[in-house]
Amino acid sequence: MNPGFHDLLGIEPLTAPEIAFLLDQSQPFQEIQRHPLKKLATLRGKTVCLAFFENSTRTRISFTTAASRLGADTMNLQAESSSLKKGESLLDTVRTLDAMKPDCIVMRHASSGAPHFVARHLEIPVINAGDGTHEHPTQALLDALTIRDRRGSLENLRITMIGDILHSRVARSNIHLLGRFGAHFTLCGPPQWVPRELETLAPNVRRVFAIEEALKDADVVMVLRVQTERLHEPALSVEDYILLYQLTPERMKLAPPQAIVMHPGPMIRGLEIDPAVADGPQSCVLEQVTNGLAVRMALLFQVMSIAPPS
Amino acid sequence: MLLIKNGRVIDPASRTDAQLDVLLEGGTIRDVAAGIVARDAAVFDATGLIVAPGFIDLHCHLREPGEEFKETIESGTRAAARGGFTAVCCMPNTKPVNDNAAVTRSIVERAAAVGSVRVWPIGAVTLGSKGEALAEIAAMRRAGIVAVSDDGRPVATAKLLRSAMEFCRELQLTVIDHCEDTSLSAGGVMREGPTSIRMGLHGIPACAESLAVARGVQIAELTGWKFHVAHLSCRESLDLVRRAKQKGVPVSCEVTPHHFTLTDEHIREYDTHFKMNPPLASREDRDALIEGLAEGTVDCIATDHAPHDAASKQVEFDKAPFGITGFETALPLALRELVHPGRISLMRMIELFTTGPARVLGPHVEQSRRIAKGCVADLTLFSTDRDWTFRAADSASKSKNTPFDGEKFRGGPAATIVGGEIAWKA
Amino acid sequence: MKVVEKSQLMSATEIDRTLHRLASEIVERTGGAKDVAFVGIRRRGVPISQRLAAAVAASGGPKIPVGILDITLYRDDLSTVAPQPVVQSSDIPFDVDGRVIILVDDVLYTGRTIRAAMNGLFDLGRPRRIQLCVLIDRGHRELPIEASFVGRNVQTTDTEIIEVRLNEIDHEERVMLVDRVA
Repeated sequence: MNPGFHDLLGIEPLTAPEIAFLLDQSQPFQEIQRHPLKKLATLRGKTVCLAFFENSTRTRISFTTAASRLGADTMNLQAESSSLKKGESLLDTVRTLDAMKPDCIVMRHASSGAPHFVARHLEIPVINAGDGTHEHPTQALLDALTIRDRRGSLENLRITMIGDILHSRVARSNIHLLGRFGAHFTLCGPPQWVPRELETLAPNVRRVFAIEEALKDADVVMVLRVQTERLHEPALSVEDYILLYQLTPERMKLAPPQAIVMHPGPMIRGLEIDPAVADGPQSCVLEQVTNGLAVRMALLFQVMSIAPPS
Repeated sequence: MLLIKNGRVIDPASRTDAQLDVLLEGGTIRDVAAGIVARDAAVFDATGLIVAPGFIDLHCHLREPGEEFKETIESGTRAAARGGFTAVCCMPNTKPVNDNAAVTRSIVERAAAVGSVRVWPIGAVTLGSKGEALAEIAAMRRAGIVAVSDDGRPVATAKLLRSAMEFCRELQLTVIDHCEDTSLSAGGVMREGPTSIRMGLHGIPACAESLAVARGVQIAELTGWKFHVAHLSCRESLDLVRRAKQKGVPVSCEVTPHHFTLTDEHIREYDTHFKMNPPLASREDRDALIEGLAEGTVDCIATDHAPHDAASKQVEFDKAPFGITGFETALPLALRELVHPGRISLMRMIELFTTGPARVLGPHVEQSRRIAKGCVADLTLFSTDRDWTFRAADSASKSKNTPFDGEKFRGGPAATIVGGEIAWKA
Repeated sequence: MKVVEKSQLMSATEIDRTLHRLASEIVERTGGAKDVAFVGIRRRGVPISQRLAAAVAASGGPKIPVGILDITLYRDDLSTVAPQPVVQSSDIPFDVDGRVIILVDDVLYTGRTIRAAMNGLFDLGRPRRIQLCVLIDRGHRELPIEASFVGRNVQTTDTEIIEVRLNEIDHEERVMLVDRVA
């Protein structure tokens, strides 16, 4: 086991034991969510800088709550902030924040590789909360924790992902993570969004363009967000998308009864997912959110409680 | 008078490879023979060095006028001399664009005043390189351009390319095209493939280049005039050039050292020093390019030296400008990647730096690019066995945007002679 | 860190006898152990608390509930503990409110572990009373903490370490005094 995590820039560099360690470490924090008093003093006096250069409500609130429940303070930068509008470079913005001496920075950015770039210039740990279309490591971790709790293990699962895989950082991180545990992936969606090169991301990846076939034998069905801002690219009409790829109760019957349904959120009910499925017994959507808090607390604890290298 | 003694003269034009002395006087080569005695001459001992005709870089960016904080004619040519180049062809995408005789003249005059090596400007095809109206090509010809290009961008339309080629045929000016279909490449920052998918970066498919090469090759056939593919990077483009040459169409192409050395898999951790256009391609492409260099489909090596200040490059990968420097690493990379592993001969490598680019520019340049009595006294002296490490900090260029900082080489430039004068020596 | 064993403080038999003695002391001084619950502090406090509960039940006393408390999140010295801290779950399967909680640990030293354990208990509710039972009290308190039930008091110097080995964790059973060697 490596001597402590410094940055978490992606799932791809992690080994299966390291991933299992982070998931195991999340369990005590799942338990703490059930205490009457949820606030710890573990990271008292530490400051977490939340630099969200791309808009996000859920992930930002999740990290903010995780930090506070550990007793840490937060520093918040939001996308609409005026300094970014005035054309300040990413490097200058991050250096300014760093000069206020936070203990770590949690970053979301629209450019793939932005956290890697920032990590090259800062001493403090950098946690990637989503970079462009590259990775969203904490999402994959909370998804894995949810799957492990519901299905008992992460080994050799059959994972079906539906939607705009090409532009999905959630898909990539999940493929890297579950691929470490022998998962077989079925990627399904409009061909323009499911290119051949996705098959090189992990062993055992196949592409299927008919949702009915994709759902057969699935252990986990991950529905991805339809990024409506991309629908105007010469791709697909909304009606066509719903007709071909919406996850409906009838289609879910094609999957085994113990299959679980997951969605990273935010969902557009009636577009990629039928409300009956979103609220049905197979749906894990709310557990994902609770587990997100536990995973982020475990991560912040790991990253900020070790002594910095001298 | 300058006597280059004891060197190994390799001259592609005459296929000479022998231990010979070379005597230079008044900017021309006086004599080439064994054991020359010249009492009044300054002597340069070239023992252990190769003596080749002066290298020409067919493609570079000197950033002057307009972006002198990135590079100037003075600093750029100093870097070129350190790289062994005796002449460099600078692209017109300066500020303002070199699309008229006044800008051409200013570049020529500035180079005469402060340049370490010859500067041969390439003029724009269209005004502002906007792809609308033709630039003052004839006037620029008189002012000293040696070719035309809208580099940075492709020539906007097939129709414009055709008009330009027909006009340039009469002026005997080669048209150089930055081959790119911008509808396919729009938003792309690296080569489309498994690596771009893994890194979550928007990719540019190989056919964005080869579609434009196909266009150029057919217009060359239609107009019967010389079409040169700038920085060719993929095997599809190479196949098109090969077939066109077989048919006798006047097409030529260049390959950069980074394209025969690196692939998209070399892009480390979103380091913008690996971002350029055309982007680093696949291993199959790189291997095909090396074969093309060896068999003759590729006419020359050109650096596409594109200096950028540190602040411009120290940004997120998709926001960084395209381009890396290249003068000082071109010859060392050619030796390391092509000659030492036995992929091409030393003679062939020298062709790629001398007679190859000279032929693209025209017979008047080609005739003089040789080591023979009466020819111009431009020589490149280099070693093939000195072990050294390239450090970006030591580069004469104002900009240090190179992926090769810290790379180890065996062999490199030793002295650069322009018009009989030593422009630089190690 | 190199250590050398200086002496054996307790053998397996002595540990067993001490725990039985502590069990009866606890029953006697809590007036029958009616609202008592044990909370063993990870790691070695856990088997000790389980054995105490078994000993109480074996001698005819009540079945005392046993909980497990991991104090990693409540420590004040995290960065000096290990390059990578590991948290484990606590497991307190009873209501803490109104109870008499007896915290159980193997060695009482500076008192910081007990302070952290109390913080952990307060996050779960409001015990009526908290008491402390330890196998060894080695002195050198840095906080005003005292144990009500002590197996044995041992005088130690700063460099000495008390090593408790228990079957459930170490597959051997004894208490040793060791010293750090330069």
